[in-house]
Amino acid sequence: MDLPLIEFRDVTKRFGDRTILDKMSLKIYENQITTIIGKSGTGKSVLLKHIIGLLKPDEGTILFRGKPVHEMGKDEWDGYRSQVSYMFQNNALFDSLTVFDNVALPLRQTTNLRKREVMRKVMTRIQQTELTEVARKYPSELSGGMQKRVALARALVTDPQIVLFDEPTTGQDPIRKNIILSMIAHYRRKFGFTAVLISHDIPDVFFISDRIILLWEGKAAFQGSYEESMRLDHPMIDELLHSLEGFQDELTGLLSKQVFKNRYTMTLQRRQTDITVSAMLFTVEFDLAADLFGAPVFEILRIMGQNINDFFGPLGGFSARHQRNQLLTILPHIQLADAQALLDTFTHQVQEKAFSDIQAMLRTNMGAAMCLNLSVKAGIIEGKSTDDIDRIIDKAESSQKVVAVYRCDQGGEAR
Amino acid sequence: MQQERSQIMFFPTIGKTALELVRNLGAMTIFFAEGFVKIFRRKQVREIVYQVFYIGAKSTNIVMLIGLFTGMVLGLQLYYTLIKFGSEGVLGSVIALSLIRELGPVLTAIMITARAGSSMAAEIGILRISEQIDALYTMRVDPVRYIVSPRIAAAIISFPLLTAFFDLIGIFGGYLTGVVLLGVDKGAYIYRVQAYVDFVDIKGGFLKSLVFAVLVSTICCFQGYFTHMRTDSYGAKSVSLSTTSAVVISCVMILISDYVVTSLLM
Repeated sequence: MDLPLIEFRDVTKRFGDRTILDKMSLKIYENQITTIIGKSGTGKSVLLKHIIGLLKPDEGTILFRGKPVHEMGKDEWDGYRSQVSYMFQNNALFDSLTVFDNVALPLRQTTNLRKREVMRKVMTRIQQTELTEVARKYPSELSGGMQKRVALARALVTDPQIVLFDEPTTGQDPIRKNIILSMIAHYRRKFGFTAVLISHDIPDVFFISDRIILLWEGKAAFQGSYEESMRLDHPMIDELLHSLEGFQDELTGLLSKQVFKNRYTMTLQRRQTDITVSAMLFTVEFDLAADLFGAPVFEILRIMGQNINDFFGPLGGFSARHQRNQLLTILPHIQLADAQALLDTFTHQVQEKAFSDIQAMLRTNMGAAMCLNLSVKAGIIEGKSTDDIDRIIDKAESSQKVVAVYRCDQGGEAR
Repeated sequence: MQQERSQIMFFPTIGKTALELVRNLGAMTIFFAEGFVKIFRRKQVREIVYQVFYIGAKSTNIVMLIGLFTGMVLGLQLYYTLIKFGSEGVLGSVIALSLIRELGPVLTAIMITARAGSSMAAEIGILRISEQIDALYTMRVDPVRYIVSPRIAAAIISFPLLTAFFDLIGIFGGYLTGVVLLGVDKGAYIYRVQAYVDFVDIKGGFLKSLVFAVLVSTICCFQGYFTHMRTDSYGAKSVSLSTTSAVVISCVMILISDYVVTSLLM
């Protein structure tokens, strides 16, 4: 594998008698989103503060592109720090400065940009984080969620190469959480920075992460992709995901992934006899401009989740969000032909009800001038309850085809 | 046994306290030196002007009010003392010299400590506990340059100016009670002020105000900046204790340094 951008080698940090990081070794790679998860008090924030130099290790070495940071000269260290930006857990905004001045502070203090250029850069970030109307207000006049977005705008205003996000979505509603996470993913694609993220927003954070680092008792107990972590059969993973994920997917109101898997195992796989199950996998696809729209995209996923739950729930089906824009439903005791008939009825309902809800929501959120197109794909498969759920999902995905299309100028149409 | 034990513990306690004192003095000296040097860095003018406005301009009214009443009470007290010796004619010079040499710098410094010094310590303390100082560091903004240096510079500019205001208003206050209320000759009052106040007195007063400016700004900024290092409290409580410490230590140091500077000037 490539040379890690940042590497911890046997880093130990103690506060008094408490050892927070205990010979921790981990690797963070360039241009990836690395998410650090772990229970409270496992040293996640301490880890980030070591990366930016706010804390120094008692033992061990931190390397940047293979070079120990403690061996760097002043200029080299300044050069490294100029590439790193940090978003604090409690925002750390300056109470005596307005939103605009808070975001402009790093540019005014560390660059020689002209006033007009500072204004342009700051206003761009303020618009992107939907703060235009509060630009002249003070942080104390804003809600917790807005303050979080101000901190996010300030962290991104200098176009850093490495951005450390300490719980960027805490205190946000499910829609805003997803907006912030997708904004991080969007900016990472656009500017190519490396993001290190502490978050408890499972599963949403996994959908944007390239790499997961799981902290456990002062050590990095797991490093790898989300899929690898799911394949890892370890009580620690189950315990942690259960404690963080909860029972419901906050955005769609469907079951959380863990609860979905447990329900599948408990109600279907542990029976003595095989039963027939049908699986439906829905994918909501947006046109290219969707990244720019933020909230409406997640509102659409919420509406689709509600419709799926309302339709298939009374039939004994149970559903979860599989990927960021994929919704999975399992229908026990229903064969493929019946499932197909149900899908046709559901598609009709999507066209009648869901699309009109989406249209009303888009008019409210975006106005008549803006336009967002989407399509709903569905894949349907019949299997046995003893089949591995991941195989069922893969098969359903490969059989997907477009079942409904929404065009902002024409409304919805079924295929 | 108990007595022996307490006698044994007495010496380490003294040693520990002395070490702590020396360590704090050293840290404070380095803190001031760093803050002072960084006054002359770029992008400082705007912050310094704001701090001069906050520490200096906004303290003017209270300093002038205290100066007026100090001068008036001096006029009263000294008139009834001097009249016993038939020397009420020197009232103007006694009031002017007392104010310029001693009371002006000391009382002005104490008033600024109470008004601006306490808020310096509290504001910086809150910046510290809410991680705003750490945030500056992560943005590559030097916290000492951005927070401490403008306050030291503003104190160095404001203290002598406010002391001058205090002295002038105090002399006018003495004039009000001595001349207007008690009937001392107007010409004698003004003449004695002019005749007996030398440039060396004014220079001494200003030197004291500069020393006080350095002490007060350093102590108050230091207490706020290192609020998180306090071992006796955390969070909001530590900010309140740091503010109290800043005011108490500043006032004590004003009086101690006043004696030292006076003895050097004499």
